Amino acid sequence: MSSSSQPSDHGSVKSYVTGLILSLVLTVIPFGAVMLGSFSLPVNVGIIVVTAILQILVQLVMFMHLDFKTEEGWNMLSFVFTVSILALVVGGSLWIMQHLHLNMMIG
Amino acid sequence: MATETLHHDAHADDHEHHDAGATKVFGFWVYLMSDLVIFGSLFATYAVLMRGTAGGPTGADIFELPLILFGTFALLVSSFTFGMGVLAMNANRVGQVKMWLAITFVLGLMFLGMEIYEFQHLIHEGYGPDRSAFLSAFFTLVGTHGLHVMFGMIWILVMLVQLSTKGLNDMTRPRILCLSLFWHFLDIVWICVFSFVYLMGVL
Repeated sequence: MSSSSQPSDHGSVKSYVTGLILSLVLTVIPFGAVMLGSFSLPVNVGIIVVTAILQILVQLVMFMHLDFKTEEGWNMLSFVFTVSILALVVGGSLWIMQHLHLNMMIG
Repeated sequence: MATETLHHDAHADDHEHHDAGATKVFGFWVYLMSDLVIFGSLFATYAVLMRGTAGGPTGADIFELPLILFGTFALLVSSFTFGMGVLAMNANRVGQVKMWLAITFVLGLMFLGMEIYEFQHLIHEGYGPDRSAFLSAFFTLVGTHGLHVMFGMIWILVMLVQLSTKGLNDMTRPRILCLSLFWHFLDIVWICVFSFVYLMGVL
């Protein structure tokens, strides 16, 4: 599990600082875009979605150190499994409720 | 790398304890994945109900982005300070671990204060969770995250006490690693909340 361990404390302080700077920048960009309100709706949605995904990756990789090696990949495998379940739950809910809404003409 | 959160580094001369610690951290990771499903369900509920305002306010009417930005900064920086605490733990510096945990606690308190102020303000205006389906789903989703942050802060206090009485050992190390995963996880959930609830809601 920790066979790849190598004491490199300095480098890891650097990775945390890099993670912090990246996450702050990736927060300021979507907030700035929305608060200034100078972009069209699709552009704003695109900016929010892309920065959110990048931001989550920064947290997973820089702070939680998710990779394919830890616990022989079981951390990553359980994460991928959970994300698939989430896609089914969130995507499926929206899909079904949208159809119900259209078929029953509520509100 | 010695500092990796998921790569639990116990003493190399004590394999039994090392493996137990790594198993604990992995078990906690699996718990976090189940917690992620809870939040996913709440996000799905919110997405379905967000247009059900029942003549009440929409997100664009009630969300105050500067306040949310302040809370977001507090939580993002607290994720960093907790990481520094884990680095200090790997370097066996108990005093520094306690200092970083205390800073993380204060930042968590700032975030929670922001959220309590927002909730109180909304309820005072008559926009409580009983006003519309949109507000019920909003309070449930954001409130569940806030409750998690509160329990994380209680856990930080418990670890501060245990670090003072027991110091860094094979029992407290895995606990701090689990707590660090919990704290970073809450950050990820908050990223989804501010992106898909607040920013999308204001558009």
